[in-house]
Order: sequence, then C-alpha cells, then structure tokens
Amino acid sequence: MKSWLMHHLYVMQLTFQRLRTSPVSSMLNVLVIGVALSLPTGGYVLLQNVQSLSDKLVGTPQISVFLSMNTSQDDIARISKQLLQHNAVAQIEFVPREQALLQLQNSTGLSDVTGGLTQNPLPHAFIISPKIKDAQSMEALKDELKSWPKFEHVQLDSAWARKLEALLKFGRLAVLILAVLLSFALVAITFNTIRLQILTRREEIEVSKLIGASNSFIRRPFLYFGLVQGLLGGGSAWLIITVSLTLLNISLTELTHLYASSFSLQHLSAGDSLTLLLFSAYLGWLGALLSVSQHLWQIDSR
Amino acid sequence: MIRFNQVSKRYPGGYAALKNVSFEIDAGEMIFLTGHSGAGKSTLLKLIAAIERPNGGNVLINGQNISKIKAGAVPYLRRNIGLIFQDHKLLFDRNLFDNVMLPLQIAGFDHRESSKRVRAALDKVGLLKREKSIPISLSGGEQQRLCIARAIVNRPSILLADEPTGNLDSDSANAIMDIFKSFHQVGATLLISTHDESLLREYKGRSLTLKQGELQP
Repeated sequence: MKSWLMHHLYVMQLTFQRLRTSPVSSMLNVLVIGVALSLPTGGYVLLQNVQSLSDKLVGTPQISVFLSMNTSQDDIARISKQLLQHNAVAQIEFVPREQALLQLQNSTGLSDVTGGLTQNPLPHAFIISPKIKDAQSMEALKDELKSWPKFEHVQLDSAWARKLEALLKFGRLAVLILAVLLSFALVAITFNTIRLQILTRREEIEVSKLIGASNSFIRRPFLYFGLVQGLLGGGSAWLIITVSLTLLNISLTELTHLYASSFSLQHLSAGDSLTLLLFSAYLGWLGALLSVSQHLWQIDSR
Repeated sequence: MIRFNQVSKRYPGGYAALKNVSFEIDAGEMIFLTGHSGAGKSTLLKLIAAIERPNGGNVLINGQNISKIKAGAVPYLRRNIGLIFQDHKLLFDRNLFDNVMLPLQIAGFDHRESSKRVRAALDKVGLLKREKSIPISLSGGEQQRLCIARAIVNRPSILLADEPTGNLDSDSANAIMDIFKSFHQVGATLLISTHDESLLREYKGRSLTLKQGELQP
C-alpha cells in the first residue's frame, strides 16, 4: 500500500517534470484547452446573469390595463366595480396617471426627460391580479378585457418574460452544442499530445514490457499527464473568465452609473468552478486513455 | 524448472524456427544453447519469456504452462526471469543507476530498499563507480554488464542471455562469463545462447545444440 502510494507520487512528480522539460509547448497546450473551454463557460456565465436578472424583474404575473385618455372619474369608478365583480379577478390596483408619472421620474432616472414635458402623456391604468395564474387562462382574460369600452391597451406583464425565457432556452442550447464540440476538441488535443509522447518513449515502453511492466504501469504516467494537462487547462479557462468578467464589470460600473442604477455580472459559483475543473481534468484523462490504449495495442500487436 | 514438450514455432510466412523440441532444465543448472545463427536459439529464449507463443507443444516453467498463459499474467512471469539481450536494450535518456532501477520500480519496491539493491547489482558487475554516467559513455562490454545488472537486480530465479558475448573481445567476454559463473554458484538457473564454441571448452556445463530448428542429440 505504501509503495503503491509512493509510486503514484513518483508518477505525479514525473508528470510535472515532463511538463517542465518542454515549457513552451506545454503552456501552449494548456492555453489552447483554456481558450476552448472558456468559450462555452463564458456563454454559460452570461446566460446565468441574464436569467438571474429576469428572475428579479418578473414578480407575480399580472395584467396591465391602460385606459383611453378621455376616461372620466365616473368611468373609472364604474370600471373598477365591474372588474371586482368579474369572477376571474382576484385583486385590482388603480394607478392614476399622476402617480404613474411620478413613479417614472423616480425609478428610471429619466427626470430630465419628464421634466421637459408640458403635459402628462401617461394614461390611467389598472393592474389586475387574476385568480388563476397559468398562461392560458390569463391569455383568455386578456382577450376578454380587450373588448371592454375605454380599454385602450391590455398587456400581459409576463409576456416579455416568456419571450426572454424562450430566448434563454435557445441560448442554452447553443452553449451546450458549443461545449460538446469543444469537448471533442479537448479530447483530440490530449490524444495528440500523448501520441507524440508515446512515440518518443516507444523504446522505454518496449523495454519496460520486456522486464515485466504491466499495461497499467505503462499507462499510468500518460494518464496522469492527460489529467494534469486537462486540469491546468480548466484552471486557465477559469482565469480567462475571471479576468474578462472583472474587466467587463469595470466598464459596466461606469455605464450603470450614468443610469443611476447598479448592476454587475456575477462570477461562476464555487460549485460551477469545481465542475469546470473536474470536467476538464476528466476530458484530459479520457483523451490520454484513448490515445494510450490505441498505441499500446499497436506496440503489443507487433 | 524449464521444460519443453514437443515445442514447434512457425513464424507467419511459413518459416519453421523450432521443430518438435523437447528438453528439461533443472533448477540451479547452467546450460549453454549453441548453434549457428538462424538455428532457433533466440526463438527458444523468447518462448521461455513469453515474448513469442509456440504453435504446438507446451512450455512449462515451474510447472506453469507458458503456452497458454493469459496476457495479464505475462508481466509477473517476466519479473521472475532476468533477460540479457545481445543489443543490451538500455535506455540512453537516463544514467546507469536509473537504468538498473527500472525493474524495481516496475515491481513496486520502496525507494530505499531498491537503491541498496541497485548499488549491489552495479557493484557485482563492476560499474558502481560510474552510476551517474549515461550508458552512451560505456564500452560495448560495459554496456553488456549494465544489461546484466538490470537483469539480476530483481533477483530472478532464471537468467536468460541471448548471445551475451556476441560482439565482445575475449577479455570482456571472459569477464561476463565470470559474472554468470558467480550467479550459478549462488543457485540461479542460467540459459546462455552462444555461437562461440570456445566458451564451451572453458566452462564445462551441459549444452543444448540446435540445428535448423531441431535439437541435436
């Protein structure tokens, strides 16, 4: 057991020694893997950020009703009574046009623009919370309300969120395809690196086999090499993402300052970072395994 | 220790290297295997180390049938056999010490124990002072002695030497034969192939003679 551990430590040492003997090509390999992995990972990070943003903005699903500009106070009272009697409506909130303007001024930092207005362009509005909140019945309620007199425009507040969700789904699929393709590339890179190593160490492999080395003994240093190279590649992908996000956040801060709000891109979570490292290490190991199995078989069959 | 029962070996293409060879070697014997080149000496040694498989007959080592051994068991068989090659098969990217260390690493010995063994083996072949040199700086005879050190460091019970004195002058050849003799004295089983009849006259061991793949009476 102890000698087995010692042997693994020795192989580990050997791996770093081999990486050091050709620092430039090792570094380039690691960098290629890092860049390849950082593309889908970067896409994933952006999607996560958009997702969390949309989660924040979409509260409970509601229907907004904008009344026509010539609606009188009597009309409003009548409409609110009718709405409350409607059996699909749980709750209503009336937003007078003056209040809407005030909200607009406060929330979006557009006070400069609204201050220049000579008259209030906003209509009165009702915000309706329906009893049943699934997409179909809300759609039906919306269609019904559209035909009511004085109702200028009826809008499902969750509609844009649904569109965004569909867009995100599309984005996730694109990232997934990219990730699968680049994973193959990573395996191919490791396969080739290990192939070259085996060719230059062919003599050592043959002699080792003659004096009693098992296949797993011969395979081990190459598998370690693939694993370590993959891990370093994953680490460099993580660094690329971190540096990019930091740079993006710096310029984003300047941008959001102008709009009097604060928003910054979230980094990969600890779990996601760990997954990235483990996955890249696994792919490196897999590439090495494929390569070493293929070429040991060739040496065997001679 | 080593037993051949009606062993035949044909290479692809139809060339018959060994035809119905039968013999037995007891533990502790030192046997010379003679014959012209192409008589099948190397093939016979390769069959013992399971580098080649026979087409017919059985090869038994310590009662184990090598002709039907599984690929996974071959490494463990070879760890019990010291192989000495005519072309040495040394690794030129590492020093003498590391060359001799290789079989012990493969067998999984701990580092301190194996360092001791490596030095003892190098001492036995007279190369201890040059443990840090690289093999390319050695003469032919010294390279052969290094190959012997690598073969014996694992303390195998069987030593197989294929033309160990093939390209050497008589002084170097004698030095190597003396090393073999000292192993014989401590109880190892040796099988040494040679086409050099003069070695036989000097060391009066039993010998097997091959002629065109057949064992001569």
